[in-house]
Amino acid sequence: MPPKTMFQKIWDAHIVHQEDGKPTLLYVDLHLVHEVTSPQAFEGMREAGRSVRRPDLTVAVADHNVPTTGDRSAKVPIEDPTSAAQLDAMGRNAGEFGIEYYDMYSEDQGIVHIIGPEQGRTQPGMIIVCGDSHTSTHGAFGAIAMPVGTSQVEHVLATQCLVQAPLKTMEIRVNGTLPPRLTAKDVILGIIGEIGVDGAQGYAVEFTGSAIRALSMEGRLTVCNMSIEAGARVGMVAPDQTTFDYLRGRPHAPQGAAFDEAVARWRELPTDPGATYDAVVEIDASSLAPAVTWGTNPGMVVPVTGRVPDPATMASPAATAAAERALVYMGLEPNTPIQEITIDRVFIGSCTNSRIEDLRAAAAVVEGRHVASTVSAMVVPGSWRVKRQAEAEGLHEIFKAAGFDWREAGCSMCLAMNPDKLAPGERSASTSNRNFEGRQGPGGRTHLVSPPMAAAAAIAGHFVDIRDW
Amino acid sequence: MEPFKKITGVVAALNRVNVDTDQIIPAKHLKRIEKTGFGPFLFESWGKNADGTPNPDFELNAPSFAGASVLATGRNFGSGSSREHAVWALRDGGFSAVIAPSFADIFHKNCFENALVPVILPEPVVDGIMARANELTGYELTVDLETCEVSDSEGFRASFVVHQDPATHEFRRYCMLNGLDEIGLTMEHANAITAYEKARS
Ligand code: SF4
Repeated sequence: MPPKTMFQKIWDAHIVHQEDGKPTLLYVDLHLVHEVTSPQAFEGMREAGRSVRRPDLTVAVADHNVPTTGDRSAKVPIEDPTSAAQLDAMGRNAGEFGIEYYDMYSEDQGIVHIIGPEQGRTQPGMIIVCGDSHTSTHGAFGAIAMPVGTSQVEHVLATQCLVQAPLKTMEIRVNGTLPPRLTAKDVILGIIGEIGVDGAQGYAVEFTGSAIRALSMEGRLTVCNMSIEAGARVGMVAPDQTTFDYLRGRPHAPQGAAFDEAVARWRELPTDPGATYDAVVEIDASSLAPAVTWGTNPGMVVPVTGRVPDPATMASPAATAAAERALVYMGLEPNTPIQEITIDRVFIGSCTNSRIEDLRAAAAVVEGRHVASTVSAMVVPGSWRVKRQAEAEGLHEIFKAAGFDWREAGCSMCLAMNPDKLAPGERSASTSNRNFEGRQGPGGRTHLVSPPMAAAAAIAGHFVDIRDW
Repeated sequence: MEPFKKITGVVAALNRVNVDTDQIIPAKHLKRIEKTGFGPFLFESWGKNADGTPNPDFELNAPSFAGASVLATGRNFGSGSSREHAVWALRDGGFSAVIAPSFADIFHKNCFENALVPVILPEPVVDGIMARANELTGYELTVDLETCEVSDSEGFRASFVVHQDPATHEFRRYCMLNGLDEIGLTMEHANAITAYEKARS
């Protein structure tokens, strides 16, 4: 047999139907659903009189709309009537169609891309879909995890299949060793800075190389999470001992002997020696620095030791125009040193960086220090499980003592869809994944950074180089 | 889905690259549980001032673009979130086709589900269209999906694809021309799905 990439192996194992000149029909192992992109899909199912083909492979959760203030276990009803209506619709649809649903009061609730992995639902070799662009996150286990729109959500609910034309494959090989204090976030922001926000458009990306292998499972999740910010719909990392150790014992992972059998199968997944990719990009991890975005897309990024660029120096007229608009929106002058930019808010959270290791890394920075008087800062664990774990380790006390708000799980200020928002003109250091105009609130200005960089900025009131901290 | 064959309409030019779906439809409007009613919020953050009045500096608010049904724009249009609401908002806002050098993957896929034709043309051609749309009041283009050509009344003519991959282009074009519903197509393979499930269990 000719050597195959991991992507090809998983793809081939899921072909239900294939015809020349038509997209392939692929079987879906896990369909994750959330309240924002599903109501119209369920409505379509209802209108057509269809039922969900595999409710047992479908899981729904409330995450985007949920408020993060107050004590969730007190079950205080949600205030915003339109958010409440959307969450009600999710509950009704889950009930009517027989789907397991974690509502906001459920003790296993959390951001959809946090709970899949932590419950052991996300497994190597799977095809996973969700009506959410950051579905690429789950590829960290060596799965094809693909974001879809609402029409495809309906399609998967009805048929358990995905209609997909083949994707080209790209290897992004991160060689060398990541310098101390740098994180997976700096790796992926460095990659996006290098290849651009459409650099991987049309590709399924496999991240390889010594620096990726050295990452923990949670770090790999961060990298795959932001594949979409490089234009790729799929990001993946080959499963290895790190993957298996992470999965062992998780509630929805295979148990006992079945787990060992699964591991034997999973060991067959990595790309064969000699298999080729359609494109290869190499990055030297040792050349990376803590990354800070300055503009209005994640490709507008520089090292913390750098300056806000001068639009006049950009490579093309379109890039110059985009940079000029970005600087007006961000309220920044060209050539300003990044470390002189002062901030108003700090957000540690989102499906990119709200896992326990992220919170540990941030807590290690703030321990014994205090948030600057000019800054308001919050930590939003990605799930109830993360929150419980953090509280068991006393991290919440460290954050609270340092002046951080300690919140309940949800998407929170990653997107301005729930009460957590930036006010117009407010500037934030955020561990989330998108710095688009208005993403964190109309007029809000977002700088994307790693959790330790966000924590240090909260203390200092401006960006600082975590390597000197 | 309604079939799409051909339209002739006013072209609006949005000469920006990497336009993201948060701009096409801001998150705060994603709480509707219907597919309709998103049109008024299309490009809201750029198009409206904080007090809700129209922002005269926003390109698409130019009077000469009134009633436009074709949008011409820069590369990587529709980047960011998977929200199909972005496509619904464009359709609801009167657009039937978007012309760009490239589209972000998920947005691109969502177009086909909603009869919004993604017209892919080389960057210089799109730049030329945007320049004419900006110069000539009420500049119109015909987008013909049967011949895969865009043309104007002055003799401009260019062949386009709706997908870079030739087979996918042909398939998607066929589905759009005939208004085919993807779920219906897949249901024809119900036996294959059942067989796959049996073989795996
Ligand atoms: S945390 Fe942000 S990026 Fe992740 S699913 Fe929620 S809204 Fe989307």
